[in-house]
Amino acid sequence: MRDRGLIVGGLIVFLGLIAFPIWYNLAGGPAAAQPPEIPLPVSEKECVAPTAYMKTSHMNLLIAWRDAVVRQDMRTFTAFNGRTYNMSLSNTCLQQCHTSKADFCDRCHTYSGVKTPYCWDCHVDPTGAQQAAPPIAAHGGIEVAHE
Amino acid sequence: MNRKDFLRLGCASLLGVAGRKAAAVHAAVQQGQSARRPGALSARRWAMVIDAKKCLQEKDCDKCIQACHSVHNVPYFAEKNHEVKWIWKEPFKEAFVSKESPYANEMFQERPFLVFCNHCDKPPCVRVCPTQATWKREDGVVMMDWHRCIGCRYCMAGCPYGSRSFNWVDPRPHLQNTNVEYPTRTKGVVEKCTFCDERLAKGQMPACVEACEQKALIFGDLEDPDSPVRELLRSNFAIRRKAELGTAPEIYYII
Amino acid sequence: MFMFEKAVVGSRRYWTWILCLFGVIGIGFLAYLRQYDQGLGVTGLSRDVTWGLYIAQFTFLVGVAASAVMVVLPYYLHNWKIFGKITILGEFLAISAVTMCMLFIFVDMGQPTRVLNVMLHPTPGSMMFWDFMSLAGYLLLNAVIALVTLSAERKSIPPPAWIKPIIILSVPWAVSIHTVTAFLYNGLPGRSFWLTAILAPRFLASAFAAGPALLILLCMVVRKLTKFDPGREPVQKLSVIVTYAMIVNVFFVLMELFTVFYSQIPEHMEHFKYLFVGLEGHSSLAPWMWTSVLLAVLSLLLLIPPRLRKNEKVLVPACVIVFLSLWIDKGLGLIVGGFVPSPLGAVTEYAPTLPEIAITVAIWAVGFLMITIFYKITLSVREGLA
Repeated sequence: MRDRGLIVGGLIVFLGLIAFPIWYNLAGGPAAAQPPEIPLPVSEKECVAPTAYMKTSHMNLLIAWRDAVVRQDMRTFTAFNGRTYNMSLSNTCLQQCHTSKADFCDRCHTYSGVKTPYCWDCHVDPTGAQQAAPPIAAHGGIEVAHE
Repeated sequence: MNRKDFLRLGCASLLGVAGRKAAAVHAAVQQGQSARRPGALSARRWAMVIDAKKCLQEKDCDKCIQACHSVHNVPYFAEKNHEVKWIWKEPFKEAFVSKESPYANEMFQERPFLVFCNHCDKPPCVRVCPTQATWKREDGVVMMDWHRCIGCRYCMAGCPYGSRSFNWVDPRPHLQNTNVEYPTRTKGVVEKCTFCDERLAKGQMPACVEACEQKALIFGDLEDPDSPVRELLRSNFAIRRKAELGTAPEIYYII
Repeated sequence: MFMFEKAVVGSRRYWTWILCLFGVIGIGFLAYLRQYDQGLGVTGLSRDVTWGLYIAQFTFLVGVAASAVMVVLPYYLHNWKIFGKITILGEFLAISAVTMCMLFIFVDMGQPTRVLNVMLHPTPGSMMFWDFMSLAGYLLLNAVIALVTLSAERKSIPPPAWIKPIIILSVPWAVSIHTVTAFLYNGLPGRSFWLTAILAPRFLASAFAAGPALLILLCMVVRKLTKFDPGREPVQKLSVIVTYAMIVNVFFVLMELFTVFYSQIPEHMEHFKYLFVGLEGHSSLAPWMWTSVLLAVLSLLLLIPPRLRKNEKVLVPACVIVFLSLWIDKGLGLIVGGFVPSPLGAVTEYAPTLPEIAITVAIWAVGFLMITIFYKITLSVREGLA
């Protein structure tokens, strides 16, 4: 091979560039490389499923909940420890236990660069800015929103 | 080992690893059980009777509309083209297109009638939806799944009543107040009245029914002969919108 | 295998055309990005008129795609050798048209990223599901047929025997794609403009006029720009098909008008009234519809007398007129007419916005780009053999 030197040299440069994230972080990298501190719920010690499962597969649980609630009209979840919950990320998970989406959910998601699917385009975060507005009850005096 | 065998072994290992992971996930999802909420309202066939004489005893009343639209985060649009409405008022000749009666009294010429999704027993919108994003539940409610809707608007073309609305733009900027207990929708999906399925599941009547001070909206089980809807239908003659199309609408109007 | 190398060699005129098409496509693409970001509110659609230019183009182009059958059927089923050289042109036209159809549907979706839900959750009761499947199948069929027959022609050998049944299959399949598209409309109980048994036959008749008319025009362009001459006879035979199809289409329209206006049922009449004379002061489509009618009559006057039809100087404008007339009828009048008045009697007018038009033109450019590339490959192969 006439160009052996060039080829091998090029390969080494390529490998070096491709492995940049690995050796850059090993060499110290930016401070943001530290995993975030996330506040755990104070009121509850057990989640709706084992922590190990939730760490790997909370998205699967949420999808199962979504289909059960919307398509089968089944809203009560009996967890592995026998306790029952109303299947709602906004109204159960975020209201009862993980009282701040920004502190609990977003910190890990932002750190690992995993964008949440478009859930929050529709679903409302009760722990966020909307916390200021009280939920609107349906019976009796309704505030006239317009007209 | 030759290349063919190496590839075969590689594929088999990959499938094995993927299969094990899938089995683990599947097993874990089975960890909990889902069930209907205790205290949820049940029926074999939900329907609503609207007593048009009671409705609008208070002039310009729109309490039911306000209740529905605020509880469900229905956006407000000034431009009629992009309007989203789950329940609204129409004059008689528009609500009941083929039943216009030119010499009838003032009520039928001017007073608006409440219109919304009829939750038909033979819904054409359900028939045409290509993804089953809308379907008829066993208890008669024609439901919406906003996760599955692809926004093709075929259901809107199929509905003979114009009951459905599409989110032409992001609705959130057009919400004055947000009910945090209920999601909003996003641009690109069709929405309509769902008979307050989330309230029925909590044992509550639909928002419009509760909000009506004249008790003009009566909601109940058509298949229960003792229900309030059946009582009303026995003692009054009621009409439905475009029933001749075979959609079997389940909103009855006592006029 | 795909002989793409033949498409990247061309004259200055060829490359100018390609670059212009890319320019148009680029503008439309940018317009689509805006629509994807902001939602379909950037179009002229509304709560009452929920389908407009995009779906109308889709409907029209399904017809053009189906019309390939008009050259395939006589050649393969009845041994009309005369169409031997142009069946592949018809098939490539079908592939381009079906691709355009799929693009028009895609840009019309509110949630395009979820389009695959149609396949993930099959709904045999929905005509849209079947439309999706039949269009995809038709695209596949024509792609395989065109590829196999062109490859065989390039090697100067007859195509393999197994392609024959596939070609025969494409004939009823072509009819079915347009019938199923008609079924999208004429099974809806609430839309009295479309609720007519003659909708599917009308679709087919207008398809078999518009498609072969376009094919004739493409043959003329090919004759002028390349060394390939499809010949006078195939073009003449196609023109007879166009003439008969147009006569049948006009006849069907007259049948519709009689049924609606003799029975005097208001709900049925109002859509036609809106289209031709307007309702409640709104008549934005009337000039278009009357133009379509005049063009249709003019086209028949030019096509029916054999002396005029045989004169290619008359035939070419006649084909243009046929195509335009049917495009207005199906690509504008049919869809909007179904939505006005609304089921509650409201008259809401529709006019496409500039972004909407830009996206539409861009998709047409994609179709023309595909035809250009396919024809370039085909005709280069033929020139290479000659």
